[in-house]
Amino acid sequence: MSRSYIVRRLLLAIPSVLAITVILYTVLALAPGDPLGELTTNPNVPLAVQAALRAKFGLDDPIWQRYFHWLAAMLQGDWGFSFASQENVETLIMQRLPVSLILFGCSELLAILVAVPVGVLAAARPYSLFDQVANTLAFIGFSLPTFFTGLLMIVLFSIKLNWLPFVFRSDLNVTGWAWWWAEFKQSVMPVLVLGLALGASLVRYVRSSMLDVIRLDYVTTARSKGIGGRRVMLRHVVRNGLIPVVTLVAVQLPVIFGGTIITEQIFRVPGIGSLLIASVLNNDTPVVMGVTFVYACLVVLFNLIADLLYVWLDPRIAYR
Amino acid sequence: MSGSIPASPTVDAVGPAAAAAPRVTAPLSPTREAWRRFRKHRLAVVSLVMLGLMVFGVVAGPLIWPVPIDAIDFSAMLQGSSWAHPCGTDNLGQDLLARLIYGGRISMAVGVAAMLVAVCVGVVVGAVAGTASGRIDAALMWITDVFLSLPQIPLLLLLIYFFRPALRAVLGELGGVFVVIVVVIGGLRWMPLARLVRAQFLSLREKEFVEAARALGASRMRLIVRHILPNALGPVLVAGTIEVATAIILESTLSFLGLGFPLDVPSWGRMLFDSEDYLQIAPHWALFPGMAIFLAVLSINFIGDGLRDALDPRRVI
Repeated sequence: MSRSYIVRRLLLAIPSVLAITVILYTVLALAPGDPLGELTTNPNVPLAVQAALRAKFGLDDPIWQRYFHWLAAMLQGDWGFSFASQENVETLIMQRLPVSLILFGCSELLAILVAVPVGVLAAARPYSLFDQVANTLAFIGFSLPTFFTGLLMIVLFSIKLNWLPFVFRSDLNVTGWAWWWAEFKQSVMPVLVLGLALGASLVRYVRSSMLDVIRLDYVTTARSKGIGGRRVMLRHVVRNGLIPVVTLVAVQLPVIFGGTIITEQIFRVPGIGSLLIASVLNNDTPVVMGVTFVYACLVVLFNLIADLLYVWLDPRIAYR
Repeated sequence: MSGSIPASPTVDAVGPAAAAAPRVTAPLSPTREAWRRFRKHRLAVVSLVMLGLMVFGVVAGPLIWPVPIDAIDFSAMLQGSSWAHPCGTDNLGQDLLARLIYGGRISMAVGVAAMLVAVCVGVVVGAVAGTASGRIDAALMWITDVFLSLPQIPLLLLLIYFFRPALRAVLGELGGVFVVIVVVIGGLRWMPLARLVRAQFLSLREKEFVEAARALGASRMRLIVRHILPNALGPVLVAGTIEVATAIILESTLSFLGLGFPLDVPSWGRMLFDSEDYLQIAPHWALFPGMAIFLAVLSINFIGDGLRDALDPRRVI
């Protein structure tokens, strides 16, 4: 992969981030009642701070100027501070981001571990019994809303069987192996809920992507050379068939973040998703804007990674 | 696959030639041909029946089960299923079946309305981009891509959080929330449809029948409305069906997070939200609305899959 492609792709990501900030700011500006100005009319905030805030946010400037002020502040890492906890928004988010990313990473890993073998086996014998069962289960999987599976698991594993705790705790007072065990036990349900939901939609992608490759001439050639079915599948079909799946995983992301937010909310995982919900319910505008911005940046970042991976994995793609 | 499956009775009726190569020579109308293919998808047919029953249930339900949704009865709190309350009661002794019927009306109305918003925006953007190639096309597709990379649920929460109070003041409690939810969900789900319609337009506008119409002097508008759009509708119908399911899930998600419909409007998601604190003593309260969402979404997804087989034959392997 040429270095110029990487640079060009990186530069292309900048307009999308800017466009997203414009959309976010437009929403903020169109919102009735001047949400950021709320702080300046809040009687609990001292008058001097109010004046400083009005000047800082430039609340009396024209809208485009306000946008650039806001953007400059965001880029300098100055995201304002939370109305509810009186803490800096960026510290608040940074405290909670790792948990969210770990939850998301584990679930994605589980989804891939389930979906790739099932999808490949289903594609190896299309319309067989296994394929039909897998397809039906996949439909059931992505028709089950994550909040319902979460509640079902709590009823089953926490209330009926009493195996797993249903509240995620970040202040476990044990160390060593006991800590890992407790951490594992409290992560099982969130990861399962999210991972199976992701895996269900991934299975269909993997299957159709494999079926696209199986029809190609080089697979027929490999077969006619006498290479065994399993070897053709693993060495020739799977390796090429998985390339589009990389992109599809990235394209799914904006939807998936919804799932992480709900999972965090149900199991009280202290990530940025539950922070978002709490701030929305508390009318904590700076935090809401900050978290939404972080999600948007994550989507752009993962799209970028997927594009670069795609070109690296598949040299047939011309770097434009 | 279709070749090996014995032709259905309707095909046999029109003669052996049609049975041998049904897709090419069968003198069936396109609708009946599509229905014939749809019926082969057994789960889709089952789902159609199930969804039909559910729609009938929520439309005619209040006539059959005329229990008010807000009749508080403290002597019957958090009860399981019984003859008096087939789906049990909640923490105020309100009848869950009546609330489920009411919630179903809301969920389905939101699903269909949000789908219509998404389809309208998507078809217009896709059609304009597909007809006017060049800069307009590039700009529209860039906007579509930007919207596709927006994080949906966070933005949905943000929009609802900002605009719900204002619209509630103008349109009233139920109407205001309904409009916000429908517009916001539809406004964040049109992008796949726009891409689909654009792709359809790009391939259809090079076809001979469009060229023939153009040679006969049809105006650009007529070409789009009479010749290209009707041929692009099959995939749009498939995507639109699945969009209803997505919208139902999104609405339930919002209500489940406590940000959708207010307390006195029991949409399915809202009922789950309320039941969350009583899981230990009254799991039935969560089970019934959850199953309702699941069954509605599952049957719509299967119907969409059946419609894909019926209307979009290129996808059939």
